[in-house]
Amino acid sequence: MSTITITPGLVAQHQLTADEYQKIVGILGREPSYTELGIFSVMWSEHCSYKSSRLHLKKLPTRGKLVVQGPGENAGIIDIGGGYVIAFKIESHNHPSFIEPFQGAATGVGGILRDIFTMGARPIAVLDSLRFGRLDDEKTGARNRRILSGVVAGIAHYGNCFGVPTVGGECLFETCYDGNPLVNVFALGVCRKEDVFYAKAAGIGNPVIYVGARTGRDGIHGASMASAEFTEESKQKRPNVQVGDPFMEKLLLEACLEAMQTGAIVGIQDMGAAGLTCSTCEMGSRGEVGIEIELDRVPQRETGMTPYEIMLSESQERMLLVADKGREDEVYAVFRKWGLEAVEIGVVTGDGKLRVRHHGEIVAEIPNRQLADEAPLYKRPYTTPPVAAAPESSPSVDARNALPKLLAAPDICSKRWIWQQYDYQVRTNTIAGPERSDAAILRIKETGTSIALSLDGNGRYCSLSPREGARLAVAECCRNLSTVGALPVAATNCLNFGNPERPEIMAQLVEAIEGMAEACRFFDTPITGGNVSLYNETLGEGIYPTPVLGIVGLLPTAAPVTIPFKNAGRSIVLLGGAGSCDETRFGGTEFAKEILKEVWGLPPALDMDLERRVQAAIREVIAEGLAESAHDVSDGGLAVALAECSFGGAEIGAQVDLDSDLRPELLLFHEGPSRILISTSNPKRVAAIAEKHNVEAPVIGTTIAKGLEIRQRGITLGAWELSSLKPLYEKALEAHV
Amino acid sequence: MRFGVIVFPGSNCDHDAFYATSHNLGQQAEFIWHDSSSLGAVDAVILPGGFAYGDYLRCGAIAKFSPVMKAVKRFAAEGGLVLGICNGFQILVEAGLLPGALIRNRSLKFICREVHLRTETTRSPFTSLLEKGEILRLPIAHGEGCYFADERTLDELEAEDRVVFRYLDNPNGSLRDIAGILSRRRNVMGMMPHPERASDALMGSTDGLAVFQSMLAVGVRA
Repeated sequence: MSTITITPGLVAQHQLTADEYQKIVGILGREPSYTELGIFSVMWSEHCSYKSSRLHLKKLPTRGKLVVQGPGENAGIIDIGGGYVIAFKIESHNHPSFIEPFQGAATGVGGILRDIFTMGARPIAVLDSLRFGRLDDEKTGARNRRILSGVVAGIAHYGNCFGVPTVGGECLFETCYDGNPLVNVFALGVCRKEDVFYAKAAGIGNPVIYVGARTGRDGIHGASMASAEFTEESKQKRPNVQVGDPFMEKLLLEACLEAMQTGAIVGIQDMGAAGLTCSTCEMGSRGEVGIEIELDRVPQRETGMTPYEIMLSESQERMLLVADKGREDEVYAVFRKWGLEAVEIGVVTGDGKLRVRHHGEIVAEIPNRQLADEAPLYKRPYTTPPVAAAPESSPSVDARNALPKLLAAPDICSKRWIWQQYDYQVRTNTIAGPERSDAAILRIKETGTSIALSLDGNGRYCSLSPREGARLAVAECCRNLSTVGALPVAATNCLNFGNPERPEIMAQLVEAIEGMAEACRFFDTPITGGNVSLYNETLGEGIYPTPVLGIVGLLPTAAPVTIPFKNAGRSIVLLGGAGSCDETRFGGTEFAKEILKEVWGLPPALDMDLERRVQAAIREVIAEGLAESAHDVSDGGLAVALAECSFGGAEIGAQVDLDSDLRPELLLFHEGPSRILISTSNPKRVAAIAEKHNVEAPVIGTTIAKGLEIRQRGITLGAWELSSLKPLYEKALEAHV
Repeated sequence: MRFGVIVFPGSNCDHDAFYATSHNLGQQAEFIWHDSSSLGAVDAVILPGGFAYGDYLRCGAIAKFSPVMKAVKRFAAEGGLVLGICNGFQILVEAGLLPGALIRNRSLKFICREVHLRTETTRSPFTSLLEKGEILRLPIAHGEGCYFADERTLDELEAEDRVVFRYLDNPNGSLRDIAGILSRRRNVMGMMPHPERASDALMGSTDGLAVFQSMLAVGVRA
């Protein structure tokens, strides 16, 4: 079928092992052609097949009473009532974003948006979880700043033009992301329950139709690139990064949604990683049918493309659909209206095979099921992750200086410079956008209800204990939702790790998945889909294990509960109390990282039962309209949270006196979870609700104008003018970029 | 009153303009597809925000050639009310219905934030219900919103009282802080800030509703 001889060297170049190659020969009953080798290599890449993680991903809870569609489709779907569902998922675009930050991030947004609207849902929100190297590093700072600027501009370019609001996310900085930034994009869409579409081919004889942009040579082997570590030669992989066209995507969105309404579409899937290969064999496999295509009919941007190139191209903004035979014209009419190409390139067959022809000649013939679903599965060996011991004692530091420093620290400071570049309001559903509340809130006009969204992950915690770090991420994500009054209902995850072939990295992955599974089960937030990104290493340096959670919550539509204090003279209640912490548990804090410049020990201790009670209490407090403001205590601890609550436009700060045995640094800066700061004019009622949930809720002070003063049992630990603190927090990132 | 919302393939604030006029203002609204050569029986036209045809060349540069813009020009020439918001403003200047140009923000970055505007004239069908000097809180969301024109044009705009809104805290480098202007006949207005995004309380401000209410007041009189 092909003139190129398959040699062991060629197999290795395709990142297939000798065993994997033998499996291919076994499936085909012969040597593969060059095109077939390419097809197997992308479908069996880590990125597409999850061959290292699949075994462990099974441990995650995926079912719940609201879950309509769990993992295995383009996105997860949950029922939000009123006849509507939401589709959502998070995906990484880490490797492309390092090679070409702008286009890498832009196409990351494009890819996840297609995953949403291919299910029939109109995207209404995007959030991003970003990680970069330190911006102030002498050696790598300039490059990190360039990557940050490029990634943010790329996300803005794509999302703003497409018309989806980018409403929130997170952005953290650690040296380990120097050569390997993380760009995880979450998207969510809404549609009527009966309008959901699946990526399933059906109906022998039905036409297979290609729609959208033409196929070019860009992005060939993107999926396998995302499955290898970076080396010095990685820059030569730049042609592997695709170029995004958000206007084309917008046309594709409108045309697909309109075409779906005709009732003539049977199944539809976007061409993402592994392009035409993945969409054909996955749709065939899900529908247990075969698909035969003729490559001559595929719209091409360049001349002389080989079957190998056409099948592996990752050109953006393309979809594959199966239509009802005889009703093709209804579909074509819609695409013509939007000025898009729609071409019949093949047909659904009954033999379960992916058959690819070029000039009429068969260039690939592979059983869909084995190709799509029977990729090798690895039970990779793993050790237990080590724990760094606590130092004898950490030096005493004056809080007066530490708080301003922490507020200007890159992880903590305002990310306004980033989110101001995103249109976070288009579609007029954004009730709470970036940094207004602990979670983003969007109204769903169709149902009259609202949803809350949050992304959370803490690589530093996970580097100390992947299991506890993952549990903490779930807890914090749920807490962010509860802090705006939303009930967390379902999750998606993005698992960013290093090379799974190293047992110590594999250990991190396994521990994190198990921790996440335990917490998601406990908080009743099933995982409905997600993405695993492995081989996040450059020159042998792995990133922190970084699982990122995206959780969705439901709430009534109302004015949002936001972070800032609104009025002077209100009681400040610390729901959950001052918490506890020891030296070991202090080692993962922002204080340890930024002030002591050393990280050790374990992440903060999480009592999941307490966490659940605190969250139930805050939701009830909010439902009764008792919270004038609410903000959870997280990065930087209590002092930072108090300062953040004081940075609203009203210039209302706080005067608090803490009754605790903890050493001042620990008291002010420990990051123990399960704590939420609220301001209220009815502390008695708040106390009653807290008591009902068996949660501590001390009134720690009062809101005051213009200042922040923190005492411990009458002794002043620090007092600041808001006018001097606030600019540090607001201008720090801008100063670094 | 019947509002027609023009839909270019890359319009993305079309639904928001529709929602603001139909749901928030309580009037009729309809979409008008970009290749229509007629506007039908509408009382006012809104050119919404977005990226009309991708705007890879220059914002609005291609939109001005679309069939619907011929109809919009006729409608304007007959004295019909035309409101261009954000990309709609860019299209109106490209189409020659308003003077000047909108160039890249001075920061060279897309900016989405709330701004404060001063109402400079109430002598327009878009601001008749406002007070002169009234401050509005509206969001902006654009990469190319820096208003630019030669000195003579700017002087003329001011002399003829055609500057409708000025930024109090100029976010994009617009000359003379201009955020919105009127045509000579005062029936066409272009503005970069988004009144449709500030026309129900849940969005944080209802200041934008006054623009639509003013249009309604005129529409009802006529």
